[in-house]
Amino acid sequence: MPLIQIHDLTRRYVMGTETVHALRGVTLTIERGEYIAIMGPSGSGKSTLMNLLGCLDSPTSGYYELNGVNVAHMDDNDLAEVRNREIGFVFQSFNLLPRSDSLHNVELPLIYAGIPSAERREQAVRALTNVGLGERMHHRPNELSGGQRQRVAVARALVNDPSIVLADEPTGNLDSRTGEEILGLFEALSRKGNTIIVVTHEEDVAQHARRIIRIRDGLIAADEVNPNPRAAMKFAAGGTSMVAA
Amino acid sequence: MTLFSEAKESAFIAWTALRANKLRAGLTTLGIVIGIVSVTLMGTAITGLNDAFRKSVGNIGADTLYIQRFSWMTSETDWRLSRNRKELTLQNVRDLDRLVTLCSAVSVDSGGNGTVSFGRRQARGVYVAGNDENSLTVRGLSLSQGRWLTAGDVQSGRPVCVLGSYLADRFFPGREAVGGKVKLNDMRLEVVGVLDKQGSAFGNDLDNQIVIPITRFSQDFSRWPDLTITAKVRDLSQVDDAREELRGIMRKLRRVPPDMQDDFAINSQEAIVAFFNAVGGTIAAVGLFISGLSLFVGGIGIMNIMFVSVAERTKEIGIRKAIGAKRRTILVQFLVEAATITLGAGILGILVAWPLTLVVDKFLAASMPWWLVAVALLVSVLTGVVSGFLPAWRAARMDPVDALRAD
Ligand SMILES: Nc1ncnc2c1ncn2[C@@H]1O[C@H](COP(=O)(O)OP(=O)(O)OP(=O)(O)O)[C@@H](O)[C@H]1O
Ligand SMILES: [Mg+2]
Repeated sequence: MPLIQIHDLTRRYVMGTETVHALRGVTLTIERGEYIAIMGPSGSGKSTLMNLLGCLDSPTSGYYELNGVNVAHMDDNDLAEVRNREIGFVFQSFNLLPRSDSLHNVELPLIYAGIPSAERREQAVRALTNVGLGERMHHRPNELSGGQRQRVAVARALVNDPSIVLADEPTGNLDSRTGEEILGLFEALSRKGNTIIVVTHEEDVAQHARRIIRIRDGLIAADEVNPNPRAAMKFAAGGTSMVAA
Repeated sequence: MTLFSEAKESAFIAWTALRANKLRAGLTTLGIVIGIVSVTLMGTAITGLNDAFRKSVGNIGADTLYIQRFSWMTSETDWRLSRNRKELTLQNVRDLDRLVTLCSAVSVDSGGNGTVSFGRRQARGVYVAGNDENSLTVRGLSLSQGRWLTAGDVQSGRPVCVLGSYLADRFFPGREAVGGKVKLNDMRLEVVGVLDKQGSAFGNDLDNQIVIPITRFSQDFSRWPDLTITAKVRDLSQVDDAREELRGIMRKLRRVPPDMQDDFAINSQEAIVAFFNAVGGTIAAVGLFISGLSLFVGGIGIMNIMFVSVAERTKEIGIRKAIGAKRRTILVQFLVEAATITLGAGILGILVAWPLTLVVDKFLAASMPWWLVAVALLVSVLTGVVSGFLPAWRAARMDPVDALRAD
């Protein structure tokens, strides 16, 4: 059974008299353990697709099965539970809680999952250590660099052991070197069997993935295997080498 | 488990959010503080008034019935109609005492004001009671020295008296009062007994009184005294039966034709309590309503600030939802935040109101029992929950994608 099965998925936005067709019918199958890049020009519907995949939004029509469950018509609360269990998000602008330290930020999904506090702490510490931030657990986001913040976000995305990691422009706010660091993290995660979907409009970033889906005007324009994915550069001081541990 | 850790998370969020906006939270709190202070003060005044009233009423005794010409609770028109009623007589008292079965004792009471003197010492405005031998029990008094009036004293109108403790202390400090001779206006009286300390009721100082036989009272003190016949009911559960019995006997004694209304009234504590409860209830309702208004205004302030807080933290709400917070979780989060603000305000309000109560207590009976504190805190939490509900609901229903897009 594939991890994700989408059939003829559409999403329309009605704004007054005007209707925007953000997605016009997308059909897609994603297997467990894939590393996928979704590419396309601005306004092509990448984020819309990603919101649907991440159960943040519901489609106007179409079929979406995640992990054997039809989620297309679930209500708000059920979707929240699916997001908590199945999906880890990494956003372009990090989206950490500004007043909480790294540890608390990473613990958050576990709180909503109802994990007892001792266990929660242990898992969060492990997740932070895995992204190389074991020393930064009590720093708040504004006390961290951009790359470090994004690594906290990656730790938060992974702490629940989700089925998919969804990243929307994860390197968009980072310089190329720290961007590479994050991509290195993804690579290591992918090697361990995690399913990763990265939305990007940078060809460089997309080339790291093993499958590239190109979207144009709300439709899939191309869906191809990347014959030789680019390996992320290794940095001595970066977090990449620590991920594999 | 989930609920508990979510509640803890909510408390934590509320705390950090408030800490981040100390001044704003403080200013908003002010409205609630004022509201809680006024509600609490109103509450203390009402309970103080109630306590004072109950203490006074306690002196009357639930088992005592007062037969008088007028009802205590008459309107002005009633009073004009009953003005021409016949006086009660001493003969009525004796007959009642003989005929009644459901009362253990019947006594007579009449009162006025006079000047009592002993040698050069003088006390003006002393309450003068005309009583009989049964009055000691019926009035629920007790003696510290000597004896009460005897049947003989009353029948022959002997010039004897019983002094209240204040008068006894004043005229005979450190000395035996019994046997002493005092003057009431121009009447020379021998002291035969002294009352225990009684305190006061309805503003009358019961220790500043002198008791003389009713016969002497109507001869030399007041020509046509207004008599009150006081009857002590044998069994509290039979107060109503006793009242009916007294009524029947009185009608017969006073020859009231069957088709006429009573030309007397039987008063009791019950009537005062009922009257007080009606009046006091209205005062309390109006007072609490007015002070509740300030709490309401404070609540609006909280609602306003919570709307601001929700709007400011739209992004945070989006993040939390993306990570798996349900509607309920977000709702609880903001309700807890609002309730935390108002609970803090409530505590502050009580801290302000408490010393104020002590000050007020100097002029007016006021007390702040623990249950009032509990109610005030409960009310402040409720205010937070109620006024925080709309903003919290708005937050809970936010669409995660829209919320995440905010900045
Ligand atoms: N909430 C919304 N209301 C109305 N229209 C929307 C909304 N969200 C997206 N759209 C429209 O849907 C289309 C697809 O938007 P989407 O955000 O998916 O593009 P994108 O591929 O992510 O672009 P970018 O690379 O700029 O992020 C756009 O035309 C956009 O204007
Ligand atoms: Mg986008």
